[in-house]
Amino acid sequence: MSDPTVGVAERQVDLAVVGAGPAGLSAAVVAAENGLTVALVDASPQAGGQYWRHPDERHLDSYARPESTGHHHWPHFRDLRTRLSRAVDAGRVLHLAGRQVWQVLRPEGAPFALRMTPTAGRDASAPADRVVHADRLVIATGAYDRQLPVPGWTLPGVMAAGGVQALYKANQVVAGRRAVVAGTGPFLLSVAAGLADAGVEVVAVCEANALSRWAATPLRATQEPGKLLEGVGYARTFLRDRIPYRTRTIVTEVRGRGRAESVVTARVDGAGRVRPGTERELEADLVAFGWGFTPQLELAVNLGLDTRIDVDESLVVRVDDAQRTSLPGVYAAGETTGIGGAVQSCAEGELAALTAVADAAATAPAERSRRLARRIRRGRRFAIGMHRASPVPRAWSDWVRPDTIVCRCEEVDAAAIAETVTGLDADDPRDVRVTARPGMGWCQGRVCGFAVSKLTAEHSGCAWTREQLEPLQKRPIGVPLRLSDVAELDIEGRITP
Amino acid sequence: MSPTDPRAELRFDGTPVPFVPGQSIGAALMANGISSWRTTRVEGRPRGLFCGIGVCFDCLVTVDGQRSQRACVTPAHPGQDVRSADPSTPLPLPGAADE
Ligand SMILES: Cc1cc2nc3c(=O)[nH]c(=O)nc-3n(C[C@H](O)[C@@H](O)[C@H](O)COP(=O)(O)OP(=O)(O)OC[C@H]3O[C@@H](n4cnc5c(N)ncnc54)[C@H](O)[C@@H]3O)c2cc1C
Ligand code: FES
Repeated sequence: MSDPTVGVAERQVDLAVVGAGPAGLSAAVVAAENGLTVALVDASPQAGGQYWRHPDERHLDSYARPESTGHHHWPHFRDLRTRLSRAVDAGRVLHLAGRQVWQVLRPEGAPFALRMTPTAGRDASAPADRVVHADRLVIATGAYDRQLPVPGWTLPGVMAAGGVQALYKANQVVAGRRAVVAGTGPFLLSVAAGLADAGVEVVAVCEANALSRWAATPLRATQEPGKLLEGVGYARTFLRDRIPYRTRTIVTEVRGRGRAESVVTARVDGAGRVRPGTERELEADLVAFGWGFTPQLELAVNLGLDTRIDVDESLVVRVDDAQRTSLPGVYAAGETTGIGGAVQSCAEGELAALTAVADAAATAPAERSRRLARRIRRGRRFAIGMHRASPVPRAWSDWVRPDTIVCRCEEVDAAAIAETVTGLDADDPRDVRVTARPGMGWCQGRVCGFAVSKLTAEHSGCAWTREQLEPLQKRPIGVPLRLSDVAELDIEGRITP
Repeated sequence: MSPTDPRAELRFDGTPVPFVPGQSIGAALMANGISSWRTTRVEGRPRGLFCGIGVCFDCLVTVDGQRSQRACVTPAHPGQDVRSADPSTPLPLPGAADE
């Protein structure tokens, strides 16, 4: 293992971790404490990821509520943060914050090269700050809200459920006064409870599935007491604020002139088909949609890591029971391996680090690794139960009208996608993408990818496989970047000063 | 500017917008009742924050002359010049100008 100080100064480390959420933060801290030099790269200016997103640490005095507002497991985060800063001070971790990795290369026989660009603002960084070399790599890039198109979802005032939560946690700003939270899964409860605590009137939480689905799955909830306690906490808020929680209910349309003013809700059957006559209009200036999460996989897919479709229909990185991916030296942890929550992500990050340490020293995993692997298997069973209880309803595309925008960036509607598949025989999302142009805009299919793949499969009658999902996850450049960043690369891909 | 200075202000299309130090530009706009600040290229529809975490690119603004910045992940700074100018107009060729 390399000398920490020399390695860090040369931007050459034993292990690079991309993502400083629960998974990546745990991985970086544990790897450093076990002797590796580490570079921790994250798009955010401070560690914590989506789960522990919190106000700017340099300006805590200016916030009305404490930085822990709305957070579970905050003491655990504080402990990780303290250990991170200790490792940074000791020169064992190089924390590259506010930097997005847009490409990872593995030149023949050489270490991995991670290229990055600042997340925001004028690029003040020296060129040396734009590339890190590492012998091993942990992908902990997390996930973002999965979305389904519905008429009116492009109106301002409509937001991703996680985005509403992020705005509140990091900025202590609520995005409206009367809110409807809709989609599926327990995360909706957390968003609604957070809004209610912040003084927003939550006029309805619409859960597309029936609660009886939970009873049908052997959840082994007693093995996850923490989850039960969280649930009890939300229930208390719901009762206190009399938040209507409607199951088998969806939002079929958002209405408004220039911004969201109301939603139409409807009751659905088990497949998600609207039961006629159950429509109701509710006034709301904030609509938060969440249909589970989509793992952020561009770096993983570009590296060619094996993927699979998880129980929730998301494309995830395939890992062994020690968090190794199909590519030697690359590990994955957290939501990239399957949506399982923050506690699971922490355990996976820690295990990925311990496996990297064992692999680097060519030693066998120790007792701690075995315990973690057992815990992760248990967490995975819980996650499977959760996914089975809150699937994307089979008939969701019935809610979409021909003129409903599917791709927000390029403004491609459902009719254009259907015509491409049926009229031009494009049965592959790749063909649909280049022909009708969904997923070709700024976000590169991050938001519409799932829906476009689903619609293509449905219109073409093709089976739902990773071939349907991967094309819209393929983005040779992981994040949009300035042309000048590319212009500064010389022919062999080095950054020229 | 002290961290707790309540008068932290940026300018949005020339109008002063107060914010709490540490907030993003998107949060500052939302907190001041501004929920949309650009229009789409094809249909001219209004857009503001959607994903809130830098993924969807709905929230683009021009910041101090730098175009196509995501309001949700760009920190607000006192005196910053934020503009809603259409970020989809063609960019100059690389090297022609510093964006
Ligand atoms: C907006 C949002 C809010 C959420 N809020 C909650 C909540 O309140 N409660 C809850 O239980 N769950 C929440 N979740 C679910 C969440 O996914 C957690 O389960 C948990 O944060 C997952 O941990 P992680 O480490 O796998 O990923 P994350 O916490 O998502 O961390 C991944 C990190 O990787 C960074 N990253 C990604 N790509 C790159 C790149 N190319 N270069 C550099 N950095 C990169 C991201 O900026 C991020 O900081 C939320 C999810 C989202 C999307
Ligand atoms: S709101 Fe999605 S990128 Fe800013």
